[in-house]
Amino acid sequence: MNAHELVLEPGRSEKNYWRDLWRYRELFQVLARRDVSVRYKQTVIGVAWAVIRPFLTMLVFTVVFGKVAKLPSEGAAPYALMVFAGMLPWTFFSTALSDASNSLVANANLISKVYFPRLIVPTATVVVALVDFLISFAILVLMMAWYRFAPDWKIVFLPLLVLLAFLASLGPSLWITALNVKYRDFRYVIPFIVQLGLYVSPVGFSSSVIPPQWRLLYSLNPVVGVIDGFRWCILGESAMYWPGFAASLSVTAFFLWFGIRQFRKMERSFADLI
Amino acid sequence: MSRPIISVEGLGKSYLVGHETAHRERYTALRDVVGRHVRNFGRKALDMMRGRQIIQGDDVEEFWALRDVSFEVNEGEVVGIIGRNGAGKSTLLKILSRITEPTTGRVTLRGRVASLLEVGTGFHPELTGRENIFLNGAILGMTRGEIKRKFDEIVGFAEVERFLDTPVKRYSSGMYVRLAFAVAAHLEPEILVVDEVLAVGDAQFQKKCLGKMQDVAQGGRTVLFVSHNMAAVSTLCSRALVLVRGRLEQSCDTSTAIASFLESLKQDAQNDLASRSDIKGTRAFELERIVCLSADGAEGAVASGEEARIRISYRRSDHFDSAANLILAIRDSFGRPVAAMNTRFTSALVDLPREGVIECVTPSLPLVAGFYSIDAYVYLKGTHSSGGDLAFHLADAAQIHVLPSDKVPASRLQDAANAGVMALDQIWTQADKAACVS
Repeated sequence: MNAHELVLEPGRSEKNYWRDLWRYRELFQVLARRDVSVRYKQTVIGVAWAVIRPFLTMLVFTVVFGKVAKLPSEGAAPYALMVFAGMLPWTFFSTALSDASNSLVANANLISKVYFPRLIVPTATVVVALVDFLISFAILVLMMAWYRFAPDWKIVFLPLLVLLAFLASLGPSLWITALNVKYRDFRYVIPFIVQLGLYVSPVGFSSSVIPPQWRLLYSLNPVVGVIDGFRWCILGESAMYWPGFAASLSVTAFFLWFGIRQFRKMERSFADLI
Repeated sequence: MSRPIISVEGLGKSYLVGHETAHRERYTALRDVVGRHVRNFGRKALDMMRGRQIIQGDDVEEFWALRDVSFEVNEGEVVGIIGRNGAGKSTLLKILSRITEPTTGRVTLRGRVASLLEVGTGFHPELTGRENIFLNGAILGMTRGEIKRKFDEIVGFAEVERFLDTPVKRYSSGMYVRLAFAVAAHLEPEILVVDEVLAVGDAQFQKKCLGKMQDVAQGGRTVLFVSHNMAAVSTLCSRALVLVRGRLEQSCDTSTAIASFLESLKQDAQNDLASRSDIKGTRAFELERIVCLSADGAEGAVASGEEARIRISYRRSDHFDSAANLILAIRDSFGRPVAAMNTRFTSALVDLPREGVIECVTPSLPLVAGFYSIDAYVYLKGTHSSGGDLAFHLADAAQIHVLPSDKVPASRLQDAANAGVMALDQIWTQADKAACVS
């Protein structure tokens, strides 16, 4: 009978937290499925929203950066294709960040009435953003067919890069989510970060337009590594800037560690604060 | 003898609460308001810098919702937890179900805990009944296999077979609650923690819920049960804990515990109500005591269908000579409002002195036996409906214990839900059939 012995004490970080997380994996699935199936209920065009939003932004960016500002594309790749290859991970990142930051507050009734590892809620939201990402990926495939653009062997790295995009989104999302429970100011900060990030990250242009001496510093933005990686693997034209990619990777790893740590630290008081 | 399934030692939980001092000042000057806002901003910014929580209000005070609580529960026991609103019952349950962390002390749980603090937690209005069963089940800690196995039973209990594929936002509120309780009722943990969930649904369904709770209790599972419904506690529980202002006052057999709880309510009534911490309003008019007297002068207990006298002592600090509008709202043990006494209907209470006593007499109290509580409201410069200022509001300001009488004998718990709350004067005769035809 003592197999289940559990001690609750102030400040005690639970030893079996990760085991609990595994035990509640079904809840994780259920929550993610709930969010996916609720997301486009009572909309007319439904899931097409996941496609239209990045597509329209891509059009605008192609016109503004490609035609008006006449920035160079990467190699022979059409400008629109290059923008869309960057737009996909960016849309994923920004959707994940803004949805996750509200996820705990939106599920306040759950938090204050039932126990489960709280990490599940924001992570499930990031998974939902991933579903949107996969849907809009179909558009990229169609566009590549339209431009008769065939990817080369590097495309095999795509699953790894999707995983990287997932981790790069998860870390900051967890941190912001936890902060948002305590200080609701972040609800107003997030849309601003997302808007600014769209222009700071190399979405509408290639990161090769950044002057070489600034390139490493520029790569400290974790999204830069993800977008560069996507373009490298899908377009296969440009040479990868490896020091920058390594910098992005380490920043991503740091944020993941920091996000989980901060989340775990604040998690215990969520029910009291929400 | 095995070790207790739950042991709690020296448990405490404190919260920081903020107070607004602003409304206590009679005059507000712009300078004060600006000063207060600047101070507030400074404090919040500093708190955020140190990673502390933000508290609204001018003064911050530590409030112990639970203090130094120790007890043990053995396997298979059904323990009731009783106490007034704000006594710490829900906080205790929240700690035991791991929703919040204790500030001091420790709890050792030797079994899987499932908690039911609210019916229908996590129900999503857009999803169908079927989807919500799986969602809610997963939230309460059931596995998919477990839910599948019990699916038919749950649906049968909730009586919603025909609407399984309808989004629950189209459900009637009765159906919604039935479905929610049905899922929860089929939990099978080793320790079940239940908060006031019987107060839902129609009478028919409440009866069914009580029956289900009784099955659970007799099935050898350990249950902690919070309720304001003393009848339910005394039927279901073998032992009860009495919480008073966050402290464990008593832990003994149910009937002794209930008696001591009622005694403590009576003692509370001796205290000045104005000293209670949960008062809302400007407090320009304060109630000191509210007592319920029977015809022969006994305090707190009145027989059903007999005369009842509610005596209210008050003091007022305002300078206005307008009448005060006093409302006493009576609620039954399920928290449902059953009746209200309102001075709006009288013109006898104008020009009240600074201090005094008001009485309200009901020649025959038409309530069935049970426990009722009174919420008090005082409005100045107008009535509640004409938008007067709320001067004083206190929930659970007094209790009425309505005893069974010759006119209305007590009903068994199982029938209580069907008996309603009204004790009607009733005269039964056999009418002449011929007389009806005319």
